[in-house]
Amino acid sequence: MGNFDKKIEIFWKMFYEYNGYTKVLTGLQNTLYIATVGLAIGIVIGTIIAIIAVIPKYKRLPRILDSICKFYVGLFRGTPVVVQLLVFYYVIFPLLGVKMPSVNVCVLVFGLNSGAYVSEIMRSGIMSVDPGQLEAARAVGLSFGVSMMKVVVPQAVKNILPTLGNEFIALIKETSVVSFVGAADLYVAFNYIGTNSYEFMVPYLVMALIYIVLVMAIALLVKIMERSLRKSDRHN
Amino acid sequence: MIDIIDLRKKFGNLEVLKGITNTIHEGEKVAIIGPSGSGKSTFLRCLNCLEDPTSGQIIFEGVNIADMKVDINIHRRHIGMVFQQFNLFNNKTVIDNIMLAPLHIRLSDLRNKKIKNFFIKLRNVFTSNKKPLYEINTTKAQIQEEVRANAMRLLKRIGLEDKANAFPSTLSGGQKQRIAIIRALAMNPKVMLFDEPTSALDPEMVGEVLDLIKQLADEGMTMVIVTHEMGFAREVATRVLFMDEGLIVEENTPEEIFNNPRNPRTKEFLSKVL
Repeated sequence: MGNFDKKIEIFWKMFYEYNGYTKVLTGLQNTLYIATVGLAIGIVIGTIIAIIAVIPKYKRLPRILDSICKFYVGLFRGTPVVVQLLVFYYVIFPLLGVKMPSVNVCVLVFGLNSGAYVSEIMRSGIMSVDPGQLEAARAVGLSFGVSMMKVVVPQAVKNILPTLGNEFIALIKETSVVSFVGAADLYVAFNYIGTNSYEFMVPYLVMALIYIVLVMAIALLVKIMERSLRKSDRHN
Repeated sequence: MIDIIDLRKKFGNLEVLKGITNTIHEGEKVAIIGPSGSGKSTFLRCLNCLEDPTSGQIIFEGVNIADMKVDINIHRRHIGMVFQQFNLFNNKTVIDNIMLAPLHIRLSDLRNKKIKNFFIKLRNVFTSNKKPLYEINTTKAQIQEEVRANAMRLLKRIGLEDKANAFPSTLSGGQKQRIAIIRALAMNPKVMLFDEPTSALDPEMVGEVLDLIKQLADEGMTMVIVTHEMGFAREVATRVLFMDEGLIVEENTPEEIFNNPRNPRTKEFLSKVL
């Protein structure tokens, strides 16, 4: 470890004087963008799938929709996200003739992927809400969809917020594979610094540190949100 | 007002209702009593199709609401329901609980009218015989104002206007149930269904809830009450149905049923509970 100071010096030079930090900032921006928008897409898809899963299945349409959703969830939970990225970027989009920046492909794939996971989280959340809540909403004449969106899902979200936070954290860390399809994330930025200075130790340590800080910030955010949502059970 | 014709309900192989035929007239207060497991609650829940009947008809204002093709949501607006477990929306304040359904329904009506008007206007541009537009004489803000005023009026009636912005978790059982009752009233229902409204309450809170129900009864509200409060049934009901094993075994005026039961099963039941 004698030359650790030297290593830091080299890193700092690359990072600051040779504009490595712009790459890092783009990387950070992409990482956050992919994870945040991916999770937003995932929550929308997951909520829709979870609601379809709990619709009473008297008629044929919900049954068909439900089996489509089950297939989708099976597909996206059954394959690694890297494989999904590669398939979408190199197979599906070229076949469809769609040209899209790799970052957007990543957003889409991470959205679809987390949708599959969030659907199960959301379903458990919906099932944790007292069935009387839905009954009461239906009894005053609200439709199934409206009752779900106005009464059941808000309560479900409150119950599953910690788990959703977990999903977000997992997503942030999973984005480190987007370089497979050429999207510039944190890994690409620090790898660039490393290869150009022939010195990998410090860049990779700093990268780890940034991830830790990100995750801790998210954990804090989730806690704050939880507290504000919990005001409905506070006794005052 | 509600005609029930040969109503049957099966849960899997268990037949809970075995063919009930009855008519609930306007202004009547019908109390349903009977041992647990006799199908009282299921019967009540079938009246607004919270449980879909397996067979039979429920004719509410001339429409068979047991038919799956009927838009049940429109008819449920006219049938208020109060639950044993209150079922106030936990994520909403008291005032929002009361306002949710009326506000949503009136606002979505307004929205639908606006959308329809848009298409009529579009059509009128291209054709010579002009179609009239739907009349819109309220704005969104006005509707909100009206619904809120009505909710506050109802809250004042039960003396809980200071709890308007409290969450249900901060209220006592009796307060919750009274709010559940005025939540149903906010829709101006034509009939109210009570599913054991006092069974989940502490004894000292039963009175305030029963008083409110009694007030409604005196105002002429049609109501169907499943209850274990025999004294209350006797006092408020105009007709008592005794149910056992999925059938109405005996029905009569409260005086007759409580003083002079005819059916042996009614006698047995009443001898246990009175």
